[in-house]
Amino acid sequence: MKALARLLAATAVAAIAFTGAPRADTPADTLVVAKQIDDIITLDPAEVFEFSGGEVIAQVYDRIMMYEPEDTEKLVGGVAESWTVSDDGKTITFKIRAGQTFHSGRPVTAHDVAFSLQRVIKLDLTPAFILTQFGWTKDNVETMVKAIDDSTFSVTTENQLATSFVLNCLSAGVASVVDREEVMAHEVNGDLGHEWLKSNSAGSGAYKLVVWKANDTVVLEANPNDRHGAPKIARVIFRHIAEPAAQALQLEKGDIDMARNLGPDQIASLSGNADIGVTTYPKADVYYLGLNQKVEPLSKPQVRQAIRWLVDYQGMADSFLKGSYKVHQAFWPSGFYAAYTETPFHLDVEKAKALLAEAGYADGFDLKFDCVNTWPQTDICQNIQSTFGQAGIRVEIVPGDSKQVITKYRARNHEMVSLYWSPDYMDPHSNADTFARNPDNSDEAQSKPLAWRNSWEIPELTKLADDAVLERDADKRAAMYIEMQKKVQEDSPFVIMFQSTEQVAARTNVKGFVSGPTFDTVFYRTAWKE
Amino acid sequence: MSARAWLLSDAPASRLQARLGRAYLSARALVANPLALAGLLIVVALVVVAALAPMLEVGDPFAQDLSQRLLPPSAEHWFGTDQLGRDILSRVVQGARLTLTIVVLVAVIVGPLGLLIGTVAGYFGGWIDAVLMRVTDIFLAFPRLILALAFVSALGPGIENAIIAISITLWPPYARIARAETMTVRNSDFIAAIQLQGASSARILWGHIMPLCVSSVIIRVTLDMAGVILIAAGLGFLGLGAQPPAPEWGAMVSAGRDFLLDQWWVATMPGLAIFIVSLGFNLLGDGLRDVLDPKHA
Amino acid sequence: MAEVLRGTGPGTARKAPSLARLSRRAGVLLGTLALTFLGLLFVTFVIGRVIPIDPVLAIVGDRALPEVYERVKLELGLDKPLTTQFVRYVAETATGNFGKSVLTGNPVLDDIRQFFPATLELATLATLLGVALGVPAGVLAAVHKGRWPDHVIRVVSLIGYSVPVFWLGLVGLLVFYARLDWVAGPGRIDIVYEYSIEQSTGLMLVDTALSGNWDAFRDAFAHIILPASILGYYSLAYIARMTRSFMLEQLAQEYVTTARVKGLGEGRVVWRHALGNVMVPLITVVALSYAYLLEGAVLTETVFAWPGLGLYITNSLFNADMTAVLGGTVVVGVCFIGLNLLSDLLYAVFDPRTR
Repeated sequence: MKALARLLAATAVAAIAFTGAPRADTPADTLVVAKQIDDIITLDPAEVFEFSGGEVIAQVYDRIMMYEPEDTEKLVGGVAESWTVSDDGKTITFKIRAGQTFHSGRPVTAHDVAFSLQRVIKLDLTPAFILTQFGWTKDNVETMVKAIDDSTFSVTTENQLATSFVLNCLSAGVASVVDREEVMAHEVNGDLGHEWLKSNSAGSGAYKLVVWKANDTVVLEANPNDRHGAPKIARVIFRHIAEPAAQALQLEKGDIDMARNLGPDQIASLSGNADIGVTTYPKADVYYLGLNQKVEPLSKPQVRQAIRWLVDYQGMADSFLKGSYKVHQAFWPSGFYAAYTETPFHLDVEKAKALLAEAGYADGFDLKFDCVNTWPQTDICQNIQSTFGQAGIRVEIVPGDSKQVITKYRARNHEMVSLYWSPDYMDPHSNADTFARNPDNSDEAQSKPLAWRNSWEIPELTKLADDAVLERDADKRAAMYIEMQKKVQEDSPFVIMFQSTEQVAARTNVKGFVSGPTFDTVFYRTAWKE
Repeated sequence: MSARAWLLSDAPASRLQARLGRAYLSARALVANPLALAGLLIVVALVVVAALAPMLEVGDPFAQDLSQRLLPPSAEHWFGTDQLGRDILSRVVQGARLTLTIVVLVAVIVGPLGLLIGTVAGYFGGWIDAVLMRVTDIFLAFPRLILALAFVSALGPGIENAIIAISITLWPPYARIARAETMTVRNSDFIAAIQLQGASSARILWGHIMPLCVSSVIIRVTLDMAGVILIAAGLGFLGLGAQPPAPEWGAMVSAGRDFLLDQWWVATMPGLAIFIVSLGFNLLGDGLRDVLDPKHA
Repeated sequence: MAEVLRGTGPGTARKAPSLARLSRRAGVLLGTLALTFLGLLFVTFVIGRVIPIDPVLAIVGDRALPEVYERVKLELGLDKPLTTQFVRYVAETATGNFGKSVLTGNPVLDDIRQFFPATLELATLATLLGVALGVPAGVLAAVHKGRWPDHVIRVVSLIGYSVPVFWLGLVGLLVFYARLDWVAGPGRIDIVYEYSIEQSTGLMLVDTALSGNWDAFRDAFAHIILPASILGYYSLAYIARMTRSFMLEQLAQEYVTTARVKGLGEGRVVWRHALGNVMVPLITVVALSYAYLLEGAVLTETVFAWPGLGLYITNSLFNADMTAVLGGTVVVGVCFIGLNLLSDLLYAVFDPRTR
């Protein structure tokens, strides 16, 4: 008995001694952000095409054109200061700002800019299509993109395109300016430094990349020589925390400063907490279902129609998606130029059943559904499985993490998939280009827009999209995009369901954080902690 | 003569009477032990609930009602509702079927498999024994959960693959037990007698040796079932077992993680189910061992 | 005068076995070890070939040109017959080449080296807790057999065999972190200290102690104590049960009665003499318990976001990075087999009856 008593006493003493540890708050110059970053597969701006990766490189690199936190809807010069357009409308000549330096200390020159753009074409990775649509190829890019002298460069497009469109494209991640000498110093086997740049940085932005541990952390360190002035937050640490509840819990405890993936349940539970503030940022993400046209039942128009009536849009938006998603059924988000806000579809199982019967599927059919296994996808997918089941479509959910699902999707190996799309630049062509354009539906196609991924043959719609990008009259142009959206809404492999608003919860001492409409108009350099 | 007296008679007239008498005594000893009795009741309850699940009026485990999300336990929903408005009690009940399926299938695979390998090895001896035992030892040395993980990740998630993965790593101890038992009786007189009568090896193994090993195997199976349930739940927790919307208990706990703070019942109820069933098998197994194998303390 | 009374039973051999016997025994065990490793590699090799994912595509990506695809296929030796591939696999694994992670592009061994210390630290602390609490508990249960301490300890043990570790972890987090605020949350250490501590061993407790920063040490401890306690509970359940079993055997022996009759204090009889005689088999039990904890860490690490080998394996699994999954499996398998072997070896050395 004595032994037992002694043992218990010792344990209790030890426990108390250690749990009296002072709880350390995050340091005043460090911002710890909880975000699901399991979608990052690379941090080379010529390759990044994922949301979290895009957000990271937006902090690390300056782009030719940019959106700034003061007005996230106004396109202004980034690395470029001013520009002139040639008479034939095909060449834009830029002057770059003086006094910009890379993290390495080298000055930013026009040669670096030209190199950065040429590199994207030569490497020809996923986001290259944003620049190849200018008619640039590996053979001609060195003539199309030229450094005229240390502070001037020009870009020439094959066709005459709307200037605003070209400038918008040059605000995307692929237009990040990389430090040519730094990148080439790490070149291996002629890869233009790609292997090295996947997990390192060579930019001129407000932060430099310290480390990326896949599915774990990204650490950024401030660049004191940033052209906007040294950021007040010296370190930004992204922590991958997969569950929103865990994010909320750690935010409450003060272990993290900001949580980016909270759902309405967590937001509701934090509402009484005086130390935490929730800000809502309208976003341009659209959530949709992709129906692979290679799959027999999905290639029938009545089936595609039926599916439109089998999603409980409002039910989900009013319950577990409340506050973070609203019903939206067109491919260009509302609140922007040329948006289309009609939402004709709602849950109607009887109508769907009738349509399925018409298509010859009165007994339904089996369908595999690729779902990302994080919130809110898991719940959206289960709800869809349930409503589809009411009409006889037997859905089998195939979970995977976002990389897996996206890889399958890009290889056209899915049947139905649920994902979201964020524009690469704030021009409707960014979404039209992917939802309504499919110039080459073959397996060897160079560009793989969403329409291609779903094997959708659309020669007329593609032509419409091509014409719209050349149209210089703003009203006529808007009407063309609205027509495209109507067509895609009526019948396409896309069932567009929601548009997101981001609800960011942060400790009230965090100020100055700005989150704009796209996944990469996010600014940490303006933030500070009181 | 009353049934009880017949069973307990000192001079049984037939083998059947002797066997039944022994079984009766064992059963009585088992029931006399309160913990074992509790275990037995839990296991029986599991079987009954699983078998009668469709008939029990507890609601539809798959019916979603988004307006009834995350309701706490109440008279209408005894275990509350989950994040899609499904009644948790009905899901736990339905999940009992899944659990029982896994347990039974694994038992049905590893028991006979281990028995076969062990008795063959023990009876024939020599190089057959050496080879089989080497293989058994190798499998015995593998980490169960990790290998199950690797198998399921290769074959794809799903309940069938989970069962296969668990079975592959679970059979070695049964082979060992069967072999040990076989070796103790291999050289005994009655076996020699049957051999002299000309019985084939297969008949000897099947008819005489295996029945002797059965009780040890049963004890071990029961004790292992708790572990099987935990591994299966673990795989489900990681998303590798039965896929949604199947109400597998481990997967339900995982889904409930997101609501742990304020809606603790979503994760706690299925977790309790796993715990109680596991406990039941452990208690029953311990009780069986005390009754059937009194050498063990 | 620390003479320990000897009885019979495990660990009480009268004289050490001869050297020849020992070395032959060791030889057999080493042979078994090699064969077991080979078996493990065979199993992982088979698993690696069973998967429906094309390993070449996983490396080059779906946009690669046909020449690149063929080149990598040749590099990986996938054109050779399966037996050749297996031999190559064994050779590579034996030299530490587990292949490259599809996700990070790093050699899998490097990734594992980064994650392993976390699991090691967790399992070690959990085992220490298990032993520190489990052994005395087992002794007490044996000494007071049939009375309430025995019942309590048996129930505690039984619960440890029945409760799912991931659920207990979640409940623990809810109660001790969310509600009571007694421990720190998921992760190994607070951000404040993470980048100011030199990571020489990879074991957070050791590194913080070495750096002299006692606040950091206490923080690391506050982070590890909950997962270690949860895992330790399982260790405790197993160790207590086995200790009780061994002690019951010892206490039934003649020498114990003799000692008591002679007037030796109960404390000495139990704690020094009886327990002393079970030390060796207990060590084998502890080794086995450690092995099981390495396994259980997989689930615990998921709940506590503990960046160890278990989390690495599960993450790789969700990324379909089979190279990493199999590499991790081999490492855990090797540790598991090694500990089992150690267990067997110790048992054999000290008890010549187990043949």
